[in-house]
Amino acid sequence: MIPWFAIPAAILLAVGLYVGLFVAPTDFQQGDVYRVLFIHVPAAWMGMMLYVLMALYAAIGWAWNARASSMMASSLSVTGALFTFLSLITGGLWGKPTWGTWWVWDARTTSTLILLFLYVGFISLQSAIDDRRRADRAGAVLALVGMINVPIIYFSVQWWNTLHQGATIRIASATTTMAAPMLAAWMIMLAACWFYSVAVVLGRLCCIISDREHVEVVR
Amino acid sequence: MLAFFVIIASLFPLGVDPDSRLLRNIAPGVVWFSALLASMLGLGSLFSSDYTDGTLEQMWISPQPRILIVAGKILAQCLSTGIPLVLISPLLALQFGLSLSEMRLLAVSLLTGIPVLHLIGSIGSALTIGVRGGGLVVALIVLPLCVPVLVFGAGRNVPLVGAVLALTLVFAPWAAASALGIVVED
Amino acid sequence: MLEASHLECVRGNRTIFRDLSFAVRPGDCFRLTGPNGSGKTSLLRMLCGLLSPTHGTIRWHGAGIETLGEEYFSSIAYIGHRPGIKDEFTAMENLQVSIGMRGIEISRKAAASALERMGLGGRLHVPARFLSEGERRRAAIARLAVNHSMLWLLDEVLTSLDRLAVDMIQQLIEDHLAVGGMAIVATHQELNLSSGRSPGIELAA
Repeated sequence: MIPWFAIPAAILLAVGLYVGLFVAPTDFQQGDVYRVLFIHVPAAWMGMMLYVLMALYAAIGWAWNARASSMMASSLSVTGALFTFLSLITGGLWGKPTWGTWWVWDARTTSTLILLFLYVGFISLQSAIDDRRRADRAGAVLALVGMINVPIIYFSVQWWNTLHQGATIRIASATTTMAAPMLAAWMIMLAACWFYSVAVVLGRLCCIISDREHVEVVR
Repeated sequence: MLAFFVIIASLFPLGVDPDSRLLRNIAPGVVWFSALLASMLGLGSLFSSDYTDGTLEQMWISPQPRILIVAGKILAQCLSTGIPLVLISPLLALQFGLSLSEMRLLAVSLLTGIPVLHLIGSIGSALTIGVRGGGLVVALIVLPLCVPVLVFGAGRNVPLVGAVLALTLVFAPWAAASALGIVVED
Repeated sequence: MLEASHLECVRGNRTIFRDLSFAVRPGDCFRLTGPNGSGKTSLLRMLCGLLSPTHGTIRWHGAGIETLGEEYFSSIAYIGHRPGIKDEFTAMENLQVSIGMRGIEISRKAAASALERMGLGGRLHVPARFLSEGERRRAAIARLAVNHSMLWLLDEVLTSLDRLAVDMIQQLIEDHLAVGGMAIVATHQELNLSSGRSPGIELAA
């Protein structure tokens, strides 16, 4: 099944990048740098969505004793972490030309950083526990606690940010009128990310299954 | 743990410029951060000795409700190791040159916030009983979750800390008990 | 009375035992024998409610132990491989804490006499870390003397105990059976009980 996702992923990625890099017009405010956002924004969304998915799969695996569900959660965790990391890096790449700094301590970037830490915590907990069943369930507890915490963390960081009004810069919101090709590029990139995620997560899942259950999984 | 708290908080000015205005500004953050680290240190092994000597099992099959037992342990830990931190914080505040009212505010924020650290830390401790890499894994798990308390506490907004405390009081013992169940009912 | 039917235990990839059924009635000392790894500890933990069987039911007076929950827990006393003795406390304190956790109040005199009965008379106020393995085990077993639980679940309690201590425990179990109590004992050693029936099962490796 994986090729069904991998090939569209590659195609979508290529198309998305083409549209993003060449077809979409140059933004009159930010120049060509904004094109990094075509990767940054989908990556950030993926990071958040995959965390929720991961927590849900882990919870299902725990509640119904479904090993496959838990393995799915473990597989999602790595991809989610990578996307979050990617969004942080691309955010910096965009930030430097635009704001003049690689990093800024505003609500969204800081929350994304903490999301990355939450992923790292989950992954390290699961790798530190040898007994797989216990690792699955412990991960579920952690992911659920994390999921409940994320809104609180976001709110607290936002509050902190208003308290220490440092940079008065705010990320250009999506209210700027978007030319059709830009919107199309974003959607295509998002779809590309989703297809990529499914392909990669399923691939990793195969490895996890064959590792744990000592069977060869036919792709 | 008390000594650790005092040492790291006291060492901070040595790492930065001891300009009194700077110190006054960073004091709440430094004290809070030191409290966070010191609590992490003490909480990592909250349940592991009970696990190894079999007391955890006995607690698990006792007629008393498990959540009460877990909450009781956390409370005991908080009273024995957390409250001394609060009590000694005025001394540290003096080192940083805070005024009396600021000292009081800091102490109150610590008083409300340290229980939250202990509650969250107990979840991490319950999840990592007997695990390789012990304290490090606990820290990795727990520190991101403590961000709200850190932010509100160092920001000296006691009502918000209180709100987080209320929330944590409801969820954390349950989460810690579930995590303990995972280990005991192996 | 305790009834187990069609119990199955799967740990990891191994099926430790399957289709195990038995009943324990008042006055019974039910013996679990079998080589190491045959699942005696797992079975005892299942009967305590610490482990869920992958298949089968355990009933106490007709009701499943999962539904009974705390009510079942107040009827049992379990001593496992790790006896539940804290090193920092003395034998006396350990006993008081573990009984207190079950919601039972006992006087210092009663606690002291239970410990004396187990031969720890001179060591009441010594921190447990200074007690020998056998003495610690005996301190844990002293709980049984003041516990008033109907069902005792004992996992290899006779190991590393001398002849005198083994006799003490046998006497304790006999007295318990005589008043209608039940005991399920996993042991490699021979238990010579003068009273009561001694049914048992042997678990295969």
